[in-house]
Amino acid sequence: MVYTPVKFYQTGTHTIGNRLLPAEARTVQSEPDRANALSCGHRACQGCGEALGARYAVDAAMRAAGRDLIAANATGCLEVFSTPYPETSWQIPWIHSLFGNAPAVATGIAAAMKAKGRSTRVIAQGGDGGTTDIGFGCLSGMFERNDDVLYMCYDNEAYMNTGVQRSSATPPAARTATTPAIGKAPGNAFGQGKDVPRIALAHEIPYVATATVANLRDLEAKVTRAMSLHGARYIHVLVPCPLGWGTASHETIKIARLAMETGLFPVFEGGHGEVTAVLKIRAKRPVEEYLQPQKRFAHLFRDETGRAAIAHLQAIADRNIARYGLIDPAAEV
Amino acid sequence: MENKPFAITLDVGSSRANHTGSWRSERPVYADHLPPCNGACPAGEDIQGWLYLAEEGRYREAFEKLTVDNPMPAVMGRVCYHPCETACNRGKLDRAVGINAVERFLGDEAIRRNWRFPKPPASSGKRVLIVGAGPSGLAAAYHLARRGHAVTIRDAGPMAGGMMRFGIPKYRLPRDVLDAEIARILDLGVTLELNAKVDDIKDAMQGFDAAFLAIGAQLAKRAYVPAGEGARILDAVSVLRSMEGAEAPKLGRRVVIYGGGNTAIDVARTARRLGAEEALIVYRRTRDRMPAHDFEVEEALDEGVMMKWLSTIKHMEDGKITVERMQLDAKGFPQPTGTLETLEADSLVLALGQDVDLGLIKDVPGLISERGGIAVDPGMMTQLPGLFAGGDAVPAERTVTVAMGHGKKAAANIDAWLKGEIFENAPKHADAVFERLNTWYYTDAPHQVRAKLDAARRVDSFAEVVQGLDADTALFEARRCLSCGNCFECDNCYGVCPDNAIVKLGTGNRYRIDTDFCKGCGLCAAECPCGAIDMVPEQI
Repeated sequence: MVYTPVKFYQTGTHTIGNRLLPAEARTVQSEPDRANALSCGHRACQGCGEALGARYAVDAAMRAAGRDLIAANATGCLEVFSTPYPETSWQIPWIHSLFGNAPAVATGIAAAMKAKGRSTRVIAQGGDGGTTDIGFGCLSGMFERNDDVLYMCYDNEAYMNTGVQRSSATPPAARTATTPAIGKAPGNAFGQGKDVPRIALAHEIPYVATATVANLRDLEAKVTRAMSLHGARYIHVLVPCPLGWGTASHETIKIARLAMETGLFPVFEGGHGEVTAVLKIRAKRPVEEYLQPQKRFAHLFRDETGRAAIAHLQAIADRNIARYGLIDPAAEV
Repeated sequence: MENKPFAITLDVGSSRANHTGSWRSERPVYADHLPPCNGACPAGEDIQGWLYLAEEGRYREAFEKLTVDNPMPAVMGRVCYHPCETACNRGKLDRAVGINAVERFLGDEAIRRNWRFPKPPASSGKRVLIVGAGPSGLAAAYHLARRGHAVTIRDAGPMAGGMMRFGIPKYRLPRDVLDAEIARILDLGVTLELNAKVDDIKDAMQGFDAAFLAIGAQLAKRAYVPAGEGARILDAVSVLRSMEGAEAPKLGRRVVIYGGGNTAIDVARTARRLGAEEALIVYRRTRDRMPAHDFEVEEALDEGVMMKWLSTIKHMEDGKITVERMQLDAKGFPQPTGTLETLEADSLVLALGQDVDLGLIKDVPGLISERGGIAVDPGMMTQLPGLFAGGDAVPAERTVTVAMGHGKKAAANIDAWLKGEIFENAPKHADAVFERLNTWYYTDAPHQVRAKLDAARRVDSFAEVVQGLDADTALFEARRCLSCGNCFECDNCYGVCPDNAIVKLGTGNRYRIDTDFCKGCGLCAAECPCGAIDMVPEQI
């Protein structure tokens, strides 16, 4: 893991900053003059995880690139809420073309910068729909060619902008507009969907990581590491959606933390086909704690029939914990 | 228009034109809640406030902040029963912050570096008499002197300190520490008159604008124990007092102590140190009903002090004590069983509590409380205008810390009275309860337990039992503070706002909410580690 917690007993280094820490041990987000790449006045919902995750990631990328950065953006919430014509929230050159072509547009920008002899860095970003479904062909091509782009996927597990339709990143049993909580197996089907971080790893690209908005230090360390490399890089950030998940606006970070602490969302990094480090779970929680606050899983708690689905989800979490070694009894974080 | 690219008709705008603050139905407000430590402190210390400074290694400022409320941190850091630690929210997470140990460290540091109190302001021209140089008298003198009043303390004893000197054994409070902290208070220009017993308070008050009675509870309560030939029966107060004299009290090889309070424990541990092979505490109820603090009972047991529960003393003669077994009735009161037993003992020390010597107010009507001691109103004043009282002499819990708190409170009220005003406490903040904390952000850390001298060494010397922290461990311990209910500038709110609606104002100045853009999502409040942000409904 790039991010190593410093022993610091009042707050650990789990807080964003701290007056007692030396400046170099604080986060980009704690800086009074941080870039605020995604500025105020954007139209994201209250407590939007994606708006938060995008600012965390792009601010860190801007610092790593000396603020010389261009972004291509897929269609989705992030695009819609940040750029209603003629306003923009972005503090960097930013382009939106189509839903599915952000990786290809970014590839073109990177090629143009190379041709012009410029050192400007390029990122592409999109939601899970634009990344794991619609833009997946372009993304795989970008990986396969090892184009010099950092692709950020902000995963809120459905098409939120168009009204919460299922994507290939929607978890099993979750209710969406297209996977209603009715019938014998309510919600999204088990055994479908894509694990894009592992697919990215299979492309043998130099850097792949997952992160959440619940651990800023880990996220910043990963973006900084990715920006120190060249070639195709991929970071997949879990960003809860209060609207689509049915949670209170103040619970966004708590829910992301529970996704991590239950093992349902494994946080790791790797490259060239191998997982090289994982973020350990500090205190393991049962999946119910993660599921229960979310209305998209409410049907699991209505009667006996939900029990089997919860057990199935717990088995998935346990498999992640075993597969990635998320619990280390000797580790003291 | 003609300068714009194809199909573009408007200039580039910023989303900052869109004031999303209008979406808000709740607003975050920075609050300072009352940390449980501060709430529990009988001396009213701002513990969280001085720990905040100590965390940065600003020990001098921490000492100054601490001594706004309590002038004797080195004493308090040794003898206080630290209700602050019992209340500490960190106790629910791993173990309570060692507040008492950090306080002692600051007190010792102040003595070592000879830190002084600031010079008092210009004289108010008012004179205050304080009767008794114990903890409440000294505290009142200190707080009054810092407000510019001329203070005279009269004490019947040969040295200042009261029960801190004549009641608390040396192994708990070394006398050089006590002397240093008393001297620092006297340095403020306080006049101390020793061997000056006050017999009539009205006479003594002539020439003073107000007086504070801090006479303590010096008279040992006696229980009638039928005694035969050669029975040696003493009381705890005089045993502990004579420890300060030239000659140690003669208790013999086997000492029985009758009572279950902290004083009984002090006598038993003192007896062991004086060479008694057996020190046996006889108490009529059970351990869980003992008024003595549990850690002191533990330390005494470690040193070989023995305890006999559910027993009363019936008779003593010539090296033998007869005790009767008791049993608790349905209401928890001990009742005799008729079963008798004989113990061998060279002396019996009665530690059954103390009464207040009310001789000096016997000529003033209406001053004596039905609950024992001197009656005072909530502002510590007696029925006699200008006469205040506090410490063990008034009905309350009898500890050094409570006495110090009385001294402070009385001083505030005396000061107001001298100005013809009425003192009013600032309204209390809401409690910073554990449930408001977001403890995920705190790292688990072990409690730095104060090193104890091992029991064997402790028994034969009056060296201090509990050792202090050094600079490193004190800093470590201070930094375990969770800062419950009060911002410690961790930047979480500033970081987690999806709308950049929090403005960082720089070290020491905390943050400000930009209400133009705050949508009221509540993430800042939910992710504040210490629960220092409230969400309040907007007035629409």
